[in-house]
Amino acid sequence: MPLYVGTRKGLFIIDEGRRAIGRPHFLGDPVSAVLAQGASIYAALNLGHFGVKLHRSDNRGDSWTEVAAPAYPPKPASPPEGTDDKVPWKLVQIWTLEGAGQDLWAGTIPGGLFHSNDRGTSWTLVRSLWDRKERAEWFGGGYDQPGIHSVCLNGKQITIAISCGGTWQSADGGASWQLAGKGMYAEFMPPEQRDNPNIQDVHRLAQCASQPDVFWAQHHNGVFRSVDGAARFAEINAIAPSKFGFAVAVHPKNPDTAWFVPAVKDECRVPVDAKLVVARTRDGGKSFAVLRKGLPENAYDLVYRHGLDVDASGERLAFGSTTGSLWLSEDQGDSWRCLSQHLPPIHCVRFG
Amino acid sequence: MPRVVFTSHLQRHVRATESDVSGGTVAAALEAVFRAQPQVRGYVLDEQGELRKHVFIFVDGRRAGLGDAVRGESAIHVMQALTGG
Repeated sequence: MPLYVGTRKGLFIIDEGRRAIGRPHFLGDPVSAVLAQGASIYAALNLGHFGVKLHRSDNRGDSWTEVAAPAYPPKPASPPEGTDDKVPWKLVQIWTLEGAGQDLWAGTIPGGLFHSNDRGTSWTLVRSLWDRKERAEWFGGGYDQPGIHSVCLNGKQITIAISCGGTWQSADGGASWQLAGKGMYAEFMPPEQRDNPNIQDVHRLAQCASQPDVFWAQHHNGVFRSVDGAARFAEINAIAPSKFGFAVAVHPKNPDTAWFVPAVKDECRVPVDAKLVVARTRDGGKSFAVLRKGLPENAYDLVYRHGLDVDASGERLAFGSTTGSLWLSEDQGDSWRCLSQHLPPIHCVRFG
Repeated sequence: MPRVVFTSHLQRHVRATESDVSGGTVAAALEAVFRAQPQVRGYVLDEQGELRKHVFIFVDGRRAGLGDAVRGESAIHVMQALTGG
């Protein structure tokens, strides 16, 4: 299956042979999210001057058509009494795209979840989430406004994670929402807010495809795992060489196996001791192997939230860094092959 | 009629044709353009109908806003701001 790499300067589609990077799509334009769904590929652009755009290809990238980007409805001139929504109702970025069947979901900054059932021709803001009063507590993590970066789909169940707004879940296809994610904590908040699930800075949330009660989270304060469908999370302390990072991938068939790319906290955000490694657990977080074969030293690569992915077999992984390097593993991370050291800064890496 | 001219940088993303349109304000002139070229709207205005943060308008060489008046012979230039680059 192809590997899609969204970068600061365009989209690269790397074919099955994994040898040639190929010509860029949207050269010069930031690609914030990419999704292969059915026979189509969707690419979200964040143009510096002209706003957020969404393009679809129905011929594997030979040509692209601009479709509708999600758009926030008019912001009420006078908000309901007791509310004071300081967030502009303007799309800043499509942070993640997910799809299942006919349904497409876009997680965005400033915190809105959008749904399309017509292949991106039109989008609807999920008001049942957007109108929750708890949204007033959310705040930006890395951006000025809060954003939905993770959307996990499991039938009618939808689980999302927000920087910084914790983990939310719908059991009815998005009609209603409950705050989930108890057990996470925020060291950087006042004591009264430390354990509030609604302000947690989850960096990335991943659900095991075959055992959907198991979620893994890379959080600002560490690694957490849930075995009860995201209701409650427990901290995983064995992660090495550090507990800070952005990305997580979980094996699609084995919920005890997950991968992380640790970095130095908080603002520093470079590999520990300048040695780029991947941390892997195969026992549900009791222990971790630090994988470094094929990965560089004297390296200052950072891997963003969407910069790590595992394929449907669970054997093949890829990750890309802010310094434009891209690695591939065919053996669950035991060894890595560098596909390029010269790409633009990489936002997202995804198997088709 | 005011003439609306788009930066060549926009042409890389979307077809936006220079147009002579009617309208007494920048907003009215742009609305006339968007009626004929609906694909351009989202590149110039955001979903709240405001000028995008990194788009500048000049009327006869002066920075202008959507509410500013234009004359029959005015030239309205829609440009990208260097801040968004």
